[in-house]
Amino acid sequence: MTFARLIAATAASLTLAGAVAAQDTSIIVQSTTSTANSGLYDYLLPIYTGESGITVNVVAVGTGQAIKNAENCDGDLLLVHAKPSEEKFVAAGYGTQRTDLMYNDFVIVGPESDPAGVAGMSDVEAALTKISEAGALFASRGDDSGTHKKEVALWKAAGVDPTAASGAWYRETGSGMGATLNAGIGMGAYVMTDRATWISFQNKQDYSVEVEGDEALFNQYGVIPVNPEHCPSVKIEAAQDFADWLVSEAGQAAIAAYEVDGQQLFFPNAAGS
Amino acid sequence: MSDLSDLRMTDAVRIPRRRAAYAPSLPLLPLRVSGLRLDIAQGALLDGVELTLPRHGCTVIMGPNGAGKSILLKLLHGLLAPSAGSVSWNGLPATEATARQALVFQKPVLLRRSVAANLDFVLKARGGDRARRDALLADVGLAHKARQPARSLSGGEAQRLALARALATDPEVLFLDEPTASLDPASVQVIERIVGEACARGTRIVFVTHDIGQARRIADDVVFLHRGRVAEHSAAAEFFPEPQSQAARDYLAGRIVL
Amino acid sequence: MQDIGEAFRLALSLVLSGDADLFEIVGLSLQVSLSATLIACAIGLPVGALVAVSRFRGRGAVLVLINALMGLPPVVVGLLVYLYLSRSGPLGFLGLLYTPGAMIVAQTILIVPIVAALSRQVLEDLHGEYAEQFRSLCLTRWQSITTLLWDGRYALMTVGLAGFGRAAAEVGAVIIVGGNIDHLTRVMTTAIALETSKGDLPLALALGIILLVIALGVNAGVQMLRMSAARQASLGAAHV
Repeated sequence: MTFARLIAATAASLTLAGAVAAQDTSIIVQSTTSTANSGLYDYLLPIYTGESGITVNVVAVGTGQAIKNAENCDGDLLLVHAKPSEEKFVAAGYGTQRTDLMYNDFVIVGPESDPAGVAGMSDVEAALTKISEAGALFASRGDDSGTHKKEVALWKAAGVDPTAASGAWYRETGSGMGATLNAGIGMGAYVMTDRATWISFQNKQDYSVEVEGDEALFNQYGVIPVNPEHCPSVKIEAAQDFADWLVSEAGQAAIAAYEVDGQQLFFPNAAGS
Repeated sequence: MSDLSDLRMTDAVRIPRRRAAYAPSLPLLPLRVSGLRLDIAQGALLDGVELTLPRHGCTVIMGPNGAGKSILLKLLHGLLAPSAGSVSWNGLPATEATARQALVFQKPVLLRRSVAANLDFVLKARGGDRARRDALLADVGLAHKARQPARSLSGGEAQRLALARALATDPEVLFLDEPTASLDPASVQVIERIVGEACARGTRIVFVTHDIGQARRIADDVVFLHRGRVAEHSAAAEFFPEPQSQAARDYLAGRIVL
Repeated sequence: MQDIGEAFRLALSLVLSGDADLFEIVGLSLQVSLSATLIACAIGLPVGALVAVSRFRGRGAVLVLINALMGLPPVVVGLLVYLYLSRSGPLGFLGLLYTPGAMIVAQTILIVPIVAALSRQVLEDLHGEYAEQFRSLCLTRWQSITTLLWDGRYALMTVGLAGFGRAAAEVGAVIIVGGNIDHLTRVMTTAIALETSKGDLPLALALGIILLVIALGVNAGVQMLRMSAARQASLGAAHV
């Protein structure tokens, strides 16, 4: 094969690839692994696309990376769960406005042996203190994600600095939720996870929810269209349309209707509904 | 011989790249070589070579292994740069004469493609056509193998193809470095015939061989190399009956040449 | 360990049931990695050939550099390509990020050094055999390069396969620049990473088995091509 033909064939395949991306009616949502891994988008998006004709492409990364990508204009909509960071994002002019979308909660899962004896507790600060005093293994995301930020805040409230024991009983995986669960379960460590990921997680082994029900474990998701004044490339109409749908009665009902194993994973709480 | 195989890629003897394009004007002959020397780290392979070749004919270079025959060919053909001395093809340095010459190596280097394509490869650059290619193949007795992979040819066939390829470039000088060593008699005969015909057409032949019978058949004059020097250069009619040097006498008599 | 048996059963049923999502992912994997391999060969083979036939100052340093680049971590390539293709990056206007095009670019960068370094070695060996004949024929550098590339074609197929293998197996680069978007940029490796993070280890492993089978298929295809060409060229191929 001549080089000319090689290059022609390649150019054709690149053009093809570009053509797929060039559809005007598609937007990119920068979102979190917890929402994507739980299967929520697989359920919601076909409903929305069927109604609107707009294709929604989800990039699922940690909240920290999602926000960073959106700041770089690499997304049209941000759907994450770290309210202080989200408010900063909007205040800095990267997003138009933040709307509460839905919530679920965090839980602490642990092995059947429960080495710190926290099973059944609902006071998360007390539970964390007990884990640290027992020196029981605890696997942290350690990746600046929404879940990680929440966990750090909880340790702080409990008056414990777990990073002093980093590498000892406190293990920072620097990975996504699923990878951290796999690692934590592999080493017999407690893990703080959002309930949605946990319910749909399929490698539970002898793990179960040990700590739940504390108001401090509340996990709020917000949705923010990326600001077209900062990012001219943003498809703001389509992004706003999807955001509006999510907080509309239809969208909120769809979120509430999503279940795994008979359990509702997310609880819609948009202000307008 | 393979005297040179270990140093052919060494930087010490590398020569500058030449352009392939050329405009033949003056004839390349006569050739004048003076004070030619080639050094490698272990010493001089050739030293003080003086040689003049006339316009026409078939010169045979003989000499014991290690005498420097292959190296002399490569210096004359411009594949190696001398350490000292000069090669003058009617005024042109060797490196500027390369494109008007061809060299048939002892071990033919054929491209990994068909017999015909090996000829097309050189004919294309020189405007040769299919008819020319088919004539060349027929001449060396390979017309029936035109579509075969060149690498599947026997030793004799491969060397005949290498000779055909060399002739396809219409060389004014044709070097052959022991082309018939270890070939079957039929191939030897074909090669000698074709070389003789080329010589008769006016192509200057410079032929290295150890085969005394072959040398007697084709040589007009003989250059006898010994220890990197020209021990003797005389007409074939004088050389074979009455070699002048002791080394040549020993060589022709089949004795160890000291 | 029961996961492994489960994975084989699952892999088989996925393939036999003609799972549309699976075939879409497999198709995209092949499109991206084969495109990257073709581009990388179009760039890397001439570079390898040029270095093989050339002697210049600093050649040793160039060789060390090319060889070292073979070890480029995919995630670093992904990050660099992301920074360039990001909307806020210098090439953001192309709108390539989160498209198969971006994945092709990243994988191409990843494997160009592999193709260049391996082809340089193959062609330098071949050139050692041809060099004197080429000089006798007064070939230009360009003629030398094209002749070496053609005559070394069978060995270079293996070089291409090495590049394809690296491209098809990497996940670090494509997950950053592709985003692992369902039905758009999800390929075998990012799907495997996703299923692993969902804790669905049997499905992840099943996808891994299918990826392995695809790699086997591509290699077998090239091998058959080589053998049929070798039958035509009999000894010609035996030499390479």
